[in-house]
Amino acid sequence: MSRADFMAILPLLVLSTTMIVAMLVSAFYRRHGAVMAIVQLGLMLAFAALWPADAQVPRRVTTLLMVDRYALLFGGLILVASIGVATLAYGYLRRAHRPEEFYLLLLAASLGGLVLASSNHFASLFLGLELLSVSLFGLIAYPIAHWRPLEAGIKYLILSGTASALLLFGMALIYAELGTLQFEHISIAASTEPSHSKVVIAGMVLILGGIAFKLSVVPFHMWVGDVYEGAPAPVGAYLATVSKGAVFVMLLRFLPEAGLYGKPALLWILTLMAVASMLIGNLLALLQTHLKRLLGYSSVAHLGYLLVILVAGGPLATEAAAFYLTAYFVTLLGAFGVITLLSDEQGDNDALAEYRGLFWRRPWVAGVLSITMLSLAGIPVTMGFVAKFYAVAAGIERAQWLLVATLIVASAIGLYYYLRILIALFSARGRTTIVATPSYSWSGALVVVAAGLLLLVIGAYPVPLINLFHGAL
Amino acid sequence: MMLFILICVPLLAGVAAWWAEGLGPSWPRWIALVALILDLALAVTLVRPSSAQWLLQVQWPWIPRFGITFHLAVDGFSLLLIQLSLFLGLASVAISWHEIDGRVGFFHFNVLCTIAGTVGVFLALDLFLFFTLWEVMLVPMYFLVAIWGHEARYRAAIKFFIFTQGSGLVMLAAILALVFLYHQHTGRYSFDYLQLQQTPLGGQTAIWIVLGFFVAFAVKLPAVPFHSWLPDTHTQASTAGSVVLAGILLKTGAYGLVRFVIQLFPTTAQALAPMAITLAVIGILYGALLAFAQTDFKRLVAYTSVSHMGFVLLGLFAGTVLATDGAVMQMIAHGLVTPGLFMIAGLLQLRLHSRDLAEMGGLWSVIPRCGAMTMFFAMAALGMPGLAGFIGEFLVLVGTFATHPTYSIIAALGMLVSVIYALQLVQRTFHGEPGALRRIPDLSAQETGILAVLAVLITLFGLYPQPVFQLLSAAPAVTAHLAEALP
Repeated sequence: MSRADFMAILPLLVLSTTMIVAMLVSAFYRRHGAVMAIVQLGLMLAFAALWPADAQVPRRVTTLLMVDRYALLFGGLILVASIGVATLAYGYLRRAHRPEEFYLLLLAASLGGLVLASSNHFASLFLGLELLSVSLFGLIAYPIAHWRPLEAGIKYLILSGTASALLLFGMALIYAELGTLQFEHISIAASTEPSHSKVVIAGMVLILGGIAFKLSVVPFHMWVGDVYEGAPAPVGAYLATVSKGAVFVMLLRFLPEAGLYGKPALLWILTLMAVASMLIGNLLALLQTHLKRLLGYSSVAHLGYLLVILVAGGPLATEAAAFYLTAYFVTLLGAFGVITLLSDEQGDNDALAEYRGLFWRRPWVAGVLSITMLSLAGIPVTMGFVAKFYAVAAGIERAQWLLVATLIVASAIGLYYYLRILIALFSARGRTTIVATPSYSWSGALVVVAAGLLLLVIGAYPVPLINLFHGAL
Repeated sequence: MMLFILICVPLLAGVAAWWAEGLGPSWPRWIALVALILDLALAVTLVRPSSAQWLLQVQWPWIPRFGITFHLAVDGFSLLLIQLSLFLGLASVAISWHEIDGRVGFFHFNVLCTIAGTVGVFLALDLFLFFTLWEVMLVPMYFLVAIWGHEARYRAAIKFFIFTQGSGLVMLAAILALVFLYHQHTGRYSFDYLQLQQTPLGGQTAIWIVLGFFVAFAVKLPAVPFHSWLPDTHTQASTAGSVVLAGILLKTGAYGLVRFVIQLFPTTAQALAPMAITLAVIGILYGALLAFAQTDFKRLVAYTSVSHMGFVLLGLFAGTVLATDGAVMQMIAHGLVTPGLFMIAGLLQLRLHSRDLAEMGGLWSVIPRCGAMTMFFAMAALGMPGLAGFIGEFLVLVGTFATHPTYSIIAALGMLVSVIYALQLVQRTFHGEPGALRRIPDLSAQETGILAVLAVLITLFGLYPQPVFQLLSAAPAVTAHLAEALP
């Protein structure tokens, strides 16, 4: 490996080094603040390292990683979201027993996310995915004194393990038939020898199934409710943003490079999954009485919207996906941030009944939560609207009328539960029971306010972000 | 710049009103009142004779990636509607002076934001901007219903939002389809009204795109069969909510039909005219019949809205200058009459704590001033000659007769039914045996004043409608364009 190779993967190296340093520090000098500071510094350095890496792109580093603009852009997004989650977690964990290792797991998971964003080989795909998932088992079950997180962690462990097995089996089938693990070789090998196609398709279907599980796309969405509800609020934010985003980013690269747009059968599977996710996700969310669970099912629907962009493909797709993911990241950080702020060590306060009339007691927090809900519903002057605009545009550009029509119907259904939350927040009769919670942590408040502001400012003037994505991709 | 200020004044005043709540409950009221008067004065100064299509225009870049600009323009038609909106905003602030006593600041914030959004809708000439404002104005309206409404307000507010936002998304899809078609022809993205007007369209695609727009506007208008949100929302909204909804928001639907269906797609709109006219006639009769069967004061008035807006739809698609002028006049008349009736309903509810007609009766002897006012507005609603509603309905019917005589004759039956529901409304509320002895105060001077202003305007436009037509002809585009588009 040359010097340029190392420069190209500098963000990954910085992150790994930070992990080791943070581990050593927390072994000898157990201070929550110190570890947190190191981790934040590491994440920011890794973010800064994107610029030296940018000077080397596009560059293939070993056969496993492809560092290009695409990888760096989404890597940056993952890093920023990780910074947000780490900041949220600091306030959340301030009274927890032994909070330091939380950040190690967070770093490992983010490293996995970065690997996924730049992977174009089955080996790195699997490595990144497992790095992400295994860290998440620990993160979800981090408050081990409570049974709900433990239950959620074990559920996620077992189901995620099954999904990984599916994925591996699919990869094995493809390797057995085509003799390659590299994305772009798959498309070449499959097109030159059509006789393989049945086994290859079977392998692809298995791989899509495994990935769909991580994305919680219908029919692989069963885990969402329990895991979201059990996971501590900052981890919920991480699950919804980085964990799903990184996998989606990988899929968005995998699909065209492996030549899957040429396989109508696979596209039909993806289309059906998108339609089912949008409808079923929103329908399930209608019935929820707990905010975290509701956000979980709403994420099923939002992944469905993202699949619309994915299936549509076309010149607009990458840009659209980038904007959608960014908007979704900011929105969910805001929403889970509010839950984090209102929670204490007794457990998370997320029953909708507890949020009744919150606006009249805590206008700022409730205001941000309202903005995030409007953003999720796709109402203009929020980032969520521009994102939905992109999704509809991507679908219409490729004349995917079935998907666009479903998107419209599903959004209308989704409005109902977002509005229900708004009604609870602004209800005059209800008495919020969570006003007695301790004062907010400054770190949580920072994330929440930043998310709220970003949603409105970029929602009203999205030009800088659009230009960034349009120019980079 | 002037146009931008026109939107900004209510918006900033809204923020100020919210903030000023801390100073005392009457501060937000005064701020809202002063701001709306200022804005109305500003809108009146914009009236000037001009032969250009647009009286004023402003265009700033916004999102160059997709050719989206911040493009505002005003012609006589939109100016008329802006003035109507601001005036009704004023009336709704005044009428809720004593009705609203909780969360006054946030209330006025929402009223002013809704008005700012509507003014923006009437000004926007960029389809992206138009859609943004179209959706944004729903949010404060939603709060107006959900927070200050009556017993079943949550259900009503959600229904309102889902109907309008869902149909809005259909319009978004239509807008994007149009933009991509334009992109195919020119290689550029643009959301600009004047450029998209030149997109060559034809056949099936055009019909679908226009239907996308039509659905969004028909829901807002509302045209049967998309009307079912209206009675619920009106019934549950507070008085100011109903006034804003009936007087201002419904007009955006009619405005959209003119600007973004008939003017943007003249030939396709012509192909859709038979469908639109059929829906209109059904709406006129069905709304009037249902109004007749209601027992809830506000619900009754809400159904008369469906009937009256049916005339607007009929006039717009009839394809003659006379009918178009009539439709615009009908919009103005409906914007003055229906809010008046909703105000009376609100004032009665404030006194009786009920909207049920069965619980009323014999009130004339108790509150004679209110009775006289109701009588007047009921007459205006049934289209009594000499009042504004008559001019509108008459011109629509005459104009339609030239092109679609059968529909015109059937629609005329609507005027007959309207007499029945209007008289019944007055009879069941004010005549008959007085119920349990009631000691309720008659209208106060302030309440009488507000209603009287509306009444004077209705009479004025009924006797001398020329100013409205004058303003319309200041923008020859509307009527001329419509007439030549729909022979």
